[in-house]
Amino acid sequence: MIKHKIYKQFTAFIRKEFYHVFRDRKTLLIMFVLPVVQILLFGFALTNEVKNARLLIVNPTENAVSGQIISKIKASKYFTVTNVAHNTTDMESYFKSGNIQCALIFPSGFNTTSLKNNTIQIITDGTDPNFSKTVTNYLNAIIGEYLQERSMLQQVPLQINSEVRMLYNPEMNGSMVFIPGVIALIMMIVCCTLTAVAIVREKEFGSMEVLLVSPLKPILVLVAKALPYLVLSIINLIVILLMSRFALGVPIRGSLLLLFAESILFIITCLAFGLVISNSTNSQSAAMLISMMGMLLPTLLFTGFLFPLENMPIGFQWFANIVPARWYFLIVNDVMIKGLSFSGVWKETLVLIGMSVTLLSISMLKFKTRLQ
Amino acid sequence: MNTIEVKDINKSYEKGKVTALKNVSFNVGKGELFGLIGPDGAGKTTIFRLLTTLLIPDSGEAKVLGYDIVKDYKQIRNLVGYMPGKFSLYADLTIEENLNFFATLFGTTIEENYHLIKDIYEQIAPFKKRRAGKLSGGMKQKLALCCALIHKPEVLFLDEPTTGIDPVSRVELWDMLQKLKTEGITILASTPYMDEAVRCDRVALIQEGEILNIDTPDNITGQFNKKLYAIKAGNMYALLKALKQYPETDNSYAFGEYAHVIVNGDVENLKSFLEKQGISGIEVRNTLPTIEDTFIAESYKP
Repeated sequence: MIKHKIYKQFTAFIRKEFYHVFRDRKTLLIMFVLPVVQILLFGFALTNEVKNARLLIVNPTENAVSGQIISKIKASKYFTVTNVAHNTTDMESYFKSGNIQCALIFPSGFNTTSLKNNTIQIITDGTDPNFSKTVTNYLNAIIGEYLQERSMLQQVPLQINSEVRMLYNPEMNGSMVFIPGVIALIMMIVCCTLTAVAIVREKEFGSMEVLLVSPLKPILVLVAKALPYLVLSIINLIVILLMSRFALGVPIRGSLLLLFAESILFIITCLAFGLVISNSTNSQSAAMLISMMGMLLPTLLFTGFLFPLENMPIGFQWFANIVPARWYFLIVNDVMIKGLSFSGVWKETLVLIGMSVTLLSISMLKFKTRLQ
Repeated sequence: MNTIEVKDINKSYEKGKVTALKNVSFNVGKGELFGLIGPDGAGKTTIFRLLTTLLIPDSGEAKVLGYDIVKDYKQIRNLVGYMPGKFSLYADLTIEENLNFFATLFGTTIEENYHLIKDIYEQIAPFKKRRAGKLSGGMKQKLALCCALIHKPEVLFLDEPTTGIDPVSRVELWDMLQKLKTEGITILASTPYMDEAVRCDRVALIQEGEILNIDTPDNITGQFNKKLYAIKAGNMYALLKALKQYPETDNSYAFGEYAHVIVNGDVENLKSFLEKQGISGIEVRNTLPTIEDTFIAESYKP
């Protein structure tokens, strides 16, 4: 009888919570539009891959070799040859006007038979060092490839070839790097921020006062508040996975079940963090700010999907260890992209479990059954 | 046994810097409609929050239905209904959904206790599909009252139920409280409107955290042992200023379209004084003290 009553209270509470979500346009927007937009943004708009770099080719002495190299470059998707010139007179003005981003210069009297005129010069716009490096590598690779093909025909007796293989991501799909990061980011926003705001809203509107002066156990208030967001986050996760699989072509190599289990664990960590925030603030704007500064920013900076952690000062690397998203990012990367099984991610899982338990205990201890 | 017993309660905020209540004591009997009357900031809401177990007193003790407000807070929360001063239902839920939610929360259904809220609910029922945030102030309060009543509480705490609603709704709301009394529900209600005090069985006048007087409204006005005059003149502002200057004035203040004056000696002397001050159209009459006059007299320290 009593159990039945608690169950009814609980379901009524959860139903109310869903009303709140579905009647608030802002919550809906954050919940369902934001993930889609983020995936599309990271997938198609924000990418650090170099495609269609504008290239000037200076070719004073046209011959078969330079012709073959040029056609190879033209065939690659990385370059658009905007100009072919016989001298370098206009090169600088092209760079300045932004007509070209890089230039490939054959020496005059270019040939491969003498040792004198066989150096090709590559010039790039160094204002973007990453871009320059990538472009240089691509051009070197194309030239190297050409030489290799040629030497194979000529049967040179001794040579060293390097064969490159990019494991797990051979086609260099940039989406693979950020999808795990974006999943972590979205889960953080939905679970942490929305849960914190949802509870603080009750305080701000004064309904918490009425809830406290009721037979409902205070802990049930927390659980009932968090549960709908858990469900919605899982739906969100499914949407993200479907989009990344079919729109961005990111494979799910590991076990889907494991991926979901780990995701739910991470969602619980985020929820617990949201609960801790809601306990320590009394206004929605403060809750918003804390969750943004306390969770979103570290998630962006310290998970390693935008900026490699290895390059950071040691202090930041230590700090990264207490950011839950960092561990989840590793797990998703391992399970989804590399296809590892549980034995490959048990350490990260343990860290997340530890964080969840700590945060949940803090939120339970700090929950006030009174106003003060 | 009294339904509510408050003894020597002290409460301060911000680590003792702001005193909210000073040695507050009062009792409310079973089935009584008890009013806390006082201006904003007098400490009324603090009393409600203490009795609904939302706050802990610095010292003193209080019991609701025999349960201690600190130790037995869980029992109290099961038995009382509370309507905070601020509208605290869900603005994005409809009338019906709000009521349903609170009924379920308290382990009951609307049908079970419908007779309690029937009179009030029928007035807002035509709008039951409307979201609570879109209701008028009076309808909001009626809905809040329904939600506080739906589980048939033994004690009902109403913190300023009539603040911010129109005069007609105010009268209606007090009529409803009178009716609830007949169901045996003990009601503690607060209001800043002195004229509502007469609707209570007994009232406590409270100011700056201290209770000035506790009695029935009639006795409180009966204790007013001075002659009270209501004076009207063409220029109210000049009149009030002149009254303050008259040496025999004990106290004077604006009261609606009149000025209420407590004056020593013959009132005719005052009248001629006022005429000498150049005030025209003077009209003086005797008047009976109201709760407000008593309140002003009690809190007035010359």
